[in-house]
Amino acid sequence: MLAGNRPLVSSLASAETGPAVSPLKPGASIASDAAAGQWTLIRHRFFRNKVAAFAGCIILLLYLIGAFAEFLAPGLPNASRPQYTFAPPQRISFFAPGADGGREFLPHVKGYRIEIEPQALRRTFVIDENKVIPIGFFVDGPAYRLWGLIPMTTHLMGPLDSREPMYLLGSDRLGRDLLSRLIYGTRISMSIGLAGVAISLTLGIVFGAISGFYGGWVDTVIQRVIEIVSAMPTIPLWLGLAAAIPLTWSPLSVYFVVTLIVSLLGWTGLAREVRGRFFALRGEDFVTAARLDGSRERRIIFRHILPSLTSHILAVVTLAVPTMIVAETSLSFLGVGLKPPVVSWGVLLQDAQNVRSVATAPWLLIWPSLAVVTAVLSFNFFGDGLRDAADPYDS
Amino acid sequence: MQDIILSVRNLSLDFRLRTHILHAVRDVSFDLRRGKTLCLVGESGSGKSVTARALMRIIDKPGRLVSGQILLDGPGGVVDIAGLPERGREILALRGGRIGLVFQEPMSSLSPVHTIGSQIVEAIRQHRKLSKKDARLRAADLLRQVEIPDPERMLDRYTFEFSGGMRQRAMIAMALACDPDILIADEPTTALDVTTQAEILDLIRRLQQERGMAMLLITHDMGVVAEIADEVAVMRYGRIVESGPVDSIFHASSHPYTRQLLDATVRLESGAAARSPAATSVFEAKAVEPVISVRGLSKTYGSIGKIFGFGGGSSGGLKAVDNVDFDLYPGENLGIVGESGSGKTTIGRLLLRITEPTSGSIAYRAPEGRSVDVTGLNKTELRAYHRDVRLIFQDPFASLNPRMTVRQIIADPLLVSGQMSDRQAGERVAELLRLVGLDPLAMERYPHAFSGGQRQRIGIARALALEPRVIIADEATSALDVSIRSQILDLLLSIQQRLGLSFIFISHDISVVRYFCDRVAVMHKGRIVETGDAETICTNPSEPYTRRLISSVPNPDPRNKRMLHRMRLQET
Repeated sequence: MLAGNRPLVSSLASAETGPAVSPLKPGASIASDAAAGQWTLIRHRFFRNKVAAFAGCIILLLYLIGAFAEFLAPGLPNASRPQYTFAPPQRISFFAPGADGGREFLPHVKGYRIEIEPQALRRTFVIDENKVIPIGFFVDGPAYRLWGLIPMTTHLMGPLDSREPMYLLGSDRLGRDLLSRLIYGTRISMSIGLAGVAISLTLGIVFGAISGFYGGWVDTVIQRVIEIVSAMPTIPLWLGLAAAIPLTWSPLSVYFVVTLIVSLLGWTGLAREVRGRFFALRGEDFVTAARLDGSRERRIIFRHILPSLTSHILAVVTLAVPTMIVAETSLSFLGVGLKPPVVSWGVLLQDAQNVRSVATAPWLLIWPSLAVVTAVLSFNFFGDGLRDAADPYDS
Repeated sequence: MQDIILSVRNLSLDFRLRTHILHAVRDVSFDLRRGKTLCLVGESGSGKSVTARALMRIIDKPGRLVSGQILLDGPGGVVDIAGLPERGREILALRGGRIGLVFQEPMSSLSPVHTIGSQIVEAIRQHRKLSKKDARLRAADLLRQVEIPDPERMLDRYTFEFSGGMRQRAMIAMALACDPDILIADEPTTALDVTTQAEILDLIRRLQQERGMAMLLITHDMGVVAEIADEVAVMRYGRIVESGPVDSIFHASSHPYTRQLLDATVRLESGAAARSPAATSVFEAKAVEPVISVRGLSKTYGSIGKIFGFGGGSSGGLKAVDNVDFDLYPGENLGIVGESGSGKTTIGRLLLRITEPTSGSIAYRAPEGRSVDVTGLNKTELRAYHRDVRLIFQDPFASLNPRMTVRQIIADPLLVSGQMSDRQAGERVAELLRLVGLDPLAMERYPHAFSGGQRQRIGIARALALEPRVIIADEATSALDVSIRSQILDLLLSIQQRLGLSFIFISHDISVVRYFCDRVAVMHKGRIVETGDAETICTNPSEPYTRRLISSVPNPDPRNKRMLHRMRLQET
């Protein structure tokens, strides 16, 4: 595509010197990619895929929620209020009956009242339409330290009087606010996989590159090792390791260590991917050209082959993160991953294990599952888009 | 007129790309007549293929038919193909039913997982209500018509069991399955060797005349046009610049572009004026020592004897290069010609030791006069040898790293050898770009901003960066358009004279070799069958194989069709 460039070779003696082009909109100028590097081209291609771009925004949003969890959550994740167990979600209303009998603008939620079921004599909370609890933005609430450092009391939103109940997504069996717990859980769930992926990535690239570049017996040995490693069953290993770690460790560091160990087994997929790419690229003319130019092996790998791989690797990593998130969720659900008082999406789902709580408080199942599904889908769409855009040079 | 079967009127096609709208075809009009062949000629990107695809409404996204009519005459009156819905029943009945299409790549246009027979049967049953058995009989008959021996048995073969020429025959059989009125052949012989090309063109021509079909043949090769066309339309940048009967196009063309295209073709036919005529006699006298001297060079692939350590290693395996001897003198252009699979590319790779030779010696005379055996060099010595003997690649797209700027690409050998600082390298790159006829301002651009010919110039600049003594050009011009091809050849010749280089020019294209080389070695099945002065080989060869090869080359003159009285030689 030479559109918009001035001809570099003196062209033929003719009126027309190139194919006819016109801008997309009348009057606009024609953009040129002549001096655009691979990342610019990848970006252009990626953003043409609207679904992937949208998924990218969701991921960004989730990480922002994780980063500012303390501020965004209306309450503290472990503050229990036994007087409001299994309280149903409240709806936000904007107008309330005013003192003069008319309607005035007052954002509020409705309070609760207790009802006794006549058969089971069970206490349940129902919304009391007459109790008005005014809410607002940037309100004073329970004290916290942002990132464990800055002492603050301001929350993005909450009841004006912090003693009043506000459960937008409902509460659990100890009367803890599900919304706050979900927001705190985002931080743990979205970040815990990253460490594992980072280790897998390093191991995968190193072994894949060695295997793919040298081939021969080196390749054979590495491939056999990969096969042995990937034959190991992960769940029994997790269970065993979780039992072997000292009880005195905090639940978070236990999980961290287990993730590390499992990621030592999880690099094989990436290594194979990198090896395949290396094999393909090693036979490319431009790599042969680099060898004939006198480049040593290290220069060929780092200057010619790896830059062609980075975008692919990025795509593979993006697709590996959701696997980690799902692993965390399912292991926590089984009780071998994270344990309370740590809050993660998997831990939240643990609360929804028995039929009774699902029947009386379905929100305990719906919202954490929705969070997991959203995150995993977003990563998958984002990774797929990235993979499609990763090689901007095939036409 | 009665005999017009398809008439295209003011056809325009647009491609809506990310940065701009490309008007790929603009206001194109032509007619196809029963029993006549229209050749659509043009260089890459001229819009000829997409025009042909528009006739069947199979334009790829983001292409769009903007305006125009495609009027097809049929039993039920005239139909405007341009007005039919793209997925409608009418258009499906036309594709393969009334219009047959033959693609360029016989490998990728046939399914690798179905037998040839089942693919042809499917094409028949798509349009005709025939039982499977009858369809199979018809398929066998079609294979017989396209001169495939033993058609019943061949129906059950898979694509990979066929040679390139056989595949293209099968493809033609499939296109003819429902007796179409129109056959569109999109570069049907471009992927084939010259001898196979001549046979396929013969076949297409004969079938077309027997059946009285109209044919639209798309090609970039003026030689093919002269051999086969009744009428010619020359396309450039989406327009038909000139059209008319073949004789008037070749002998009385009015448009400068047509003349330029013909000149570029004819010039290649007639040998280079730029070459110094005296040079040849110097080599004959053998007054100078050869730069590279190859003796007994062989490469055997997959020798079973070797793997198991018995049988002496010569029992099995494919001999890609078989006991080859030749000398390259300083300042000489040595051509190596042959068909695909003759081992010519392997020779180039063996000379650089990209592939390790099985046996034989390559003696290189270093500048200081001492002779080195290339086969025994270690890694460091080999790097020094690679500085003196450089390679120009065939594919200008794959041989430049798309992720590096032109400056980084050309400066890479300079920086690696540690001769220059970054700044000096920049100046040298500018100098090299000027030498190969590019603007030094192009330095900061990426390869994707350049056309094929420009990229090949970049590749040449990279090869020249280290001031080499010998350049091996492996099909360096075969991916380029004719007009660009002669420009690149002239560039190489002028550089050679300025820098005193020797070339080993590997090509399947005899006219290119004749234009460029002083001496020619003809390869066939891994052996050099004949070596000699370029003019002699091309006009008066002594070996029967060479004679057959030369006589298969189409002649770009419709008054003197060479292929009609070409030599046929049974394969031994």
